[in-house]
Amino acid sequence: MQLSFKLNGSATQWEDVYPGENLLEVLRRHDCWEVKGNNCTNGECGACTILLDGIPVPSCTVFAARVEGRNVDTIRLLGDPDHLHPLQQAFLRHGAVQCGYCIPGMLLSAHALLVRNPHPSRDEIQQSLSGHLCRCTGYLQQIEAIEEMARLPEGAE
Amino acid sequence: MASRTVVGQSVDKLDGPALVTGQAVYTDDFSLPGMLFGKILWSSRAHARIRAIDTIAAERLPGVRLILHHGNVPRVAYTTAGQGFPEPSPYDSFIFDRKVRFVGDRVAVVFADNLIAAQEAVGLIQVEYEDLPAIFQPEEAMQPNAPIIHDEEEIRGAFDPGHNLVSHLDLKIGDVEQSLAQATYRAEGTWITQFAQHVPMETHIVIAYLDEWSRLVVRSSTQVPFHARRIISRLLGLPIQKVRVIKPRVGGGFGGKQEILLEDLCALATLRTRRPARIELSRKEEFVSARLMHPMKVQVRLGADSGGQLQAMEMRVLANTGAYGTHGSTIFFNTGSKTLPLYNKAPHVRFVGDVVYTNLPVPGAYRGYGATEGYFALECAIDQLAAKMGMDPLLLRRKNHIREGETSPIFIKLGEGREGVDQTVQSCGLDRCIELGMKAFKWDEKRKNPRRIGSDRVRGVGMSILMQGSSIPQVDMAAANLRMAEDGSFHLFLGATDIGTGSDTILAQIAAETIGLPTHRFTVHSSDTDFSPFDKGAYASSTTYLTGQAVYKAALAVRKQILSVAGLWFEVEPSTLEIHQGVVFNQQGARLTLEEIGYRSYYLADQQQIEASASALSQASPPPFSAHFAEVEIDLETGIVRPLGYVVAVDCGVAINPELARGQILGSLINGIGFALSEELLFSSRGVALNPNFLDYKILTSLDLPRIEIIPVETNEPTGPYGAKSVGEICINGPLPTLANAIFDATGIQMKEAPFTAERVWRALKRNE
Repeated sequence: MQLSFKLNGSATQWEDVYPGENLLEVLRRHDCWEVKGNNCTNGECGACTILLDGIPVPSCTVFAARVEGRNVDTIRLLGDPDHLHPLQQAFLRHGAVQCGYCIPGMLLSAHALLVRNPHPSRDEIQQSLSGHLCRCTGYLQQIEAIEEMARLPEGAE
Repeated sequence: MASRTVVGQSVDKLDGPALVTGQAVYTDDFSLPGMLFGKILWSSRAHARIRAIDTIAAERLPGVRLILHHGNVPRVAYTTAGQGFPEPSPYDSFIFDRKVRFVGDRVAVVFADNLIAAQEAVGLIQVEYEDLPAIFQPEEAMQPNAPIIHDEEEIRGAFDPGHNLVSHLDLKIGDVEQSLAQATYRAEGTWITQFAQHVPMETHIVIAYLDEWSRLVVRSSTQVPFHARRIISRLLGLPIQKVRVIKPRVGGGFGGKQEILLEDLCALATLRTRRPARIELSRKEEFVSARLMHPMKVQVRLGADSGGQLQAMEMRVLANTGAYGTHGSTIFFNTGSKTLPLYNKAPHVRFVGDVVYTNLPVPGAYRGYGATEGYFALECAIDQLAAKMGMDPLLLRRKNHIREGETSPIFIKLGEGREGVDQTVQSCGLDRCIELGMKAFKWDEKRKNPRRIGSDRVRGVGMSILMQGSSIPQVDMAAANLRMAEDGSFHLFLGATDIGTGSDTILAQIAAETIGLPTHRFTVHSSDTDFSPFDKGAYASSTTYLTGQAVYKAALAVRKQILSVAGLWFEVEPSTLEIHQGVVFNQQGARLTLEEIGYRSYYLADQQQIEASASALSQASPPPFSAHFAEVEIDLETGIVRPLGYVVAVDCGVAINPELARGQILGSLINGIGFALSEELLFSSRGVALNPNFLDYKILTSLDLPRIEIIPVETNEPTGPYGAKSVGEICINGPLPTLANAIFDATGIQMKEAPFTAERVWRALKRNE
């Protein structure tokens, strides 16, 4: 079947989508390698999180057909290696990145939080990351990075 | 030492920009035309012979290209452990065997054009099993008439496979029995640990293909590319020359990827079909059929004189290595060798134990490598002893722990699966770790606080002290190659295996400091067995310490070459020149950039490639040290244990990159807290894993963090690069005893079985009422 949606702001049309396929599989089949976490497929680890109309969701829990006509954003939304988004820089500065596998998903959840609420409390930050499992870092580094962003004046992001 | 400009700086990870933007850097972020997808059929039986395998229906399924099982693959005994050659683990595994030894053991693999067909075909394979009696308890494995799990004639390197014994040791120093009999104070208990999984966010994955020269290329999420190459080559009868292993970025390892688990199957499929072949483990498969942590029963007996001086220490270990003995004996040796030297003044020491096969999934290397289980027992026994003496457990530890300039007889008697290496501790910040930790934690003040909080809660405080090692001395080698380009930038080629730790960045910092330029001028290549110099891989807390020495030597040699070219240019003795920030200065202040030197060397005069290689083999394994402090609150109604605050002070020598060192400390600490409070893989009475998923196997999330304070305690390790020791493993050993001791302080109950779940604690409270 055919799928038309906006991917990172660009109108996208894919012809070879099968009913029942989840969004994660379809994205990776179309070389969206930035969406990680192709193994739990249960929504348990959060690594494959994307933004669906601005809301973070694990893409393995979304039928691809459900995104027809909607906006899907991956980590490409934020920045590229030569032009990092301030949130990405903050993650690096605070040592929030070790193996990096969970990081694109975490960044998207953090970004969605900051868009919705530019000055979240520590509790809100911890809540926003609670769907993301990380085995390398211990989470404090990401929390600190997001707190640094939350201290910036509005619009500075 | 002149002031350092790069070492000691929290330089951003060199791979950071690629990782935060989700670049295609992992094994699976890659696709090849014609790639086959593999799915493995796992055993549904705990112990059985395979009478027959019928693959006809599976083969007929459209898209199925190859089915492998014991009937059509080479039969070569090997170990899946990625260790140096000859491996100290027993050769007790086969690509596929006629027998299965746990629920989740390999039976067959299907390769098909797509994953759905492979999965469906796996379900169509008919296996006829002849069930054999199974063993699930390590004590049963040692009974005289126990079923023999490894009855294959090819087995080599196990202590006594006829009695299910992988390893046995009885090491005696002095006379423990007599000393215990004479001791004024004694402590005793048996502490039990559970099956736990590493839980790397990226599961095991391999993609194999043939290159344009018909050489086998294996792209693998591995900690040990060189060991993988050697083991694949032997298993498949292919010369090492014909095999290339590439390690892209790895999504976490923690010891679980120091194993050769999928490489052989993908390689076979590629050799037979000449098509690329891929296998990725699902999360459930990772839990059951990858590797776990060794469950152990560790009995400790301590004896002290009236002044609190430890006189006798005995540690008896029973380790369950599951169906295969990978890392079994080396981990068991480490349980003693990484713990007992901490209290080096006791004249009477005994370390005795057994490692046994059972029909359960397979433990292997896990961060901490046996020390975790040993410290749980030892450090809880110390608190029991202190309680009997009415002494502050912190003071008892201070009286007895090892110090700078001291040694322990254990160092030479006990190594990894063999004798160890004599060494004197040349750097030890343990005194300061305890001092600074207790102050930050407010130890004395908190110990005076009332334990009871309201009617239904109690609080308590606990501590522990730890040491680990840095590298396996006189066993493992690491090398580095450093090459300058004409723009004055460098390529650093490493066999060392950055699995997320940041070792690429740390090793580049060591080279940058040595030559005299910023870290961002380095491009690090790790690892590709075609281009990297040999390195044992990422394990045994050795990359910064050991590979760091090789990088340091190579960088010194490169620096010498640069200065010699500059000396010709300036017409002065090279020794009169200096390098700062990538610029060579003579004594008059004239400048020459590395770029000018690079162009001259490549194209203009005295032409030569500025480059050097160097190797390092460690003669010692200098221990890092740490002191852990925790406060817990226990709900008496539910048994829920909540860690409130945690202070950890760590001596890892000089931290080359403090932020990355902090990352290792925090990550291992959080993993250790999860291991102490919630993580446990459970099994049915038939050996079936009951909770192989993240809903039922709980690792800590961002909501579960106590207040954490980390205190770096710098020492200078004279044998390490720029004074560095290791930091990757030590702190995972702390939470079990620290939290158990805090529960002991709060309730008077010693929790002797991990994890301390609400149910276990509640039952212990009820028993105590």
